[in-house]
Amino acid sequence: MAKTPVNFTLNGSPRSAFAGPGQNLLDFLRREVGDLTPKFGCGQGTCGACTVTIDGATHLSCLVLAESVEGRAIGTAAGLPDGATLDPLQEAFMDHFAAQCGYCTPGMLVSARALLDANPRPSRDEVIEAISGNLCRCTGYEPIIAAILAVAEGRARA
Amino acid sequence: MTLHKGRGFAAINYPIGMNLGGDPSQALVHSNPDGKFTVALSAIDLGQGMKSVTRQIAAETLGVPIADVYVDTADSDTGPHDMGSFASRGTHRMGNAVIRASEEARQVMLEAAAEELEVDAGDLVTDGQGNIHVRGAPSRTITTMAASQAAQFKQGRTIAGRGIFLVPLSDVDPETGEMSPVTTFAHAAMLVTVEVDDETGEVAVTDMQSAYEVGRALNPKLVEQQLRGGAWMGMSHAAWETTEPHYPARDHRPEDFNTYLMPGPGDIAPHHISILERPAEDGPYGGKGPGEMCANPVLPAVVNAVYDAVGVRIDELPVTPEKVLRGLQANGGAKPRQAL
Ligand code: FES
Ligand code: FES
Repeated sequence: MAKTPVNFTLNGSPRSAFAGPGQNLLDFLRREVGDLTPKFGCGQGTCGACTVTIDGATHLSCLVLAESVEGRAIGTAAGLPDGATLDPLQEAFMDHFAAQCGYCTPGMLVSARALLDANPRPSRDEVIEAISGNLCRCTGYEPIIAAILAVAEGRARA
Repeated sequence: MTLHKGRGFAAINYPIGMNLGGDPSQALVHSNPDGKFTVALSAIDLGQGMKSVTRQIAAETLGVPIADVYVDTADSDTGPHDMGSFASRGTHRMGNAVIRASEEARQVMLEAAAEELEVDAGDLVTDGQGNIHVRGAPSRTITTMAASQAAQFKQGRTIAGRGIFLVPLSDVDPETGEMSPVTTFAHAAMLVTVEVDDETGEVAVTDMQSAYEVGRALNPKLVEQQLRGGAWMGMSHAAWETTEPHYPARDHRPEDFNTYLMPGPGDIAPHHISILERPAEDGPYGGKGPGEMCANPVLPAVVNAVYDAVGVRIDELPVTPEKVLRGLQANGGAKPRQAL
């Protein structure tokens, strides 16, 4: 079946790749584009492991048709570090031991970054709300909430 | 509707590992010519931190910097044999195997260094910074890299070690069933506070206070993280997770994250953890294993707290609103055991 060329930006860089008929954005990013940071957890919009941003807003990439991102700006966890400098959220996740197996981590980071970009000083309840679509089976969530709040309150390593 | 508050307590002993076939773990350790060591294991890191802890154990035993040790758990086809990552056995079984393998490798490393320095291997010490020197004479020194290169290119030696940890298989007494399958126990005690809604039957865990005795906490931050996440899982087992309503029949079962419920970030309770260290005699540097026991005390403590709050004794997990409501109905309403 015919593949469709899709032009978009990934973490600020222009990219093009062919999307298969009906291919979802998660599969497209992982297989055709080679960004392995969005994870497949459920494929049906319930776990949040595949969270990316499209034009700055969070989306579950497993539920987005790849063809529909033509001309749009995709953001993933791979775009968080600035060269060799990690995003303060990444540093805070390490300092707070906010990852065990790490499977939920890229999606958590994308949700947390989107929250802080929109609302740099969120309350604890706002942090909980922002990550409530991201399931974690390992940490019990508290270390993740603590890491995000540390960045929000300016307590994290810069 | 009334919210009833209750407190429940539970204490557990948790056996480390199991005794089926002796529960063996093997480890292989070797150095490369750059003086860095690879530890090969077949049990895997599930996120609990086994790679970090076995790396610490290897570095400590070898006497080299932790940065010079790489733990490879990649492949159970090609690696040494292991029973696996379960039964809270990782730190204890693999850690002991890693100590033995590292001791053997360290001995060869010291012999290689001794040949270069023209001294007796028994007179050599490591500084943990990548140097080997003569005891009392720090200037007579060689780096672990130089010793490894000499072994590899001049002396024709492999700096390598093998280790196994095996608990002698315990026979079962046919008369009494008595056996001693376990060499070490970890312990925990937990106090939880719940709120039970007598109209909806919902149970919310609002506070957890715990003490876990883990032998020596080889990596205190990892231990705390494991306890925190594991206790959350225990809370989930106690009040959320189930394949009901028709278990074990597979129809109408929860089959995805939409219907198999677990507490989310908004459902967690503050958890105050105290870690008690009583180094185990047969543990690697005294370590036992926090593993599964992080979750275990939460379940009985929650059930006891519900009994304390409304007088309903739940004897089948999880504690669902339906079971609480049926219990309340049978009892003729909430019968708090005490005013809190
Ligand atoms: S993989 Fe997209 S939400 Fe689970
Ligand atoms: S760290 Fe394992 S799922 Fe979150």
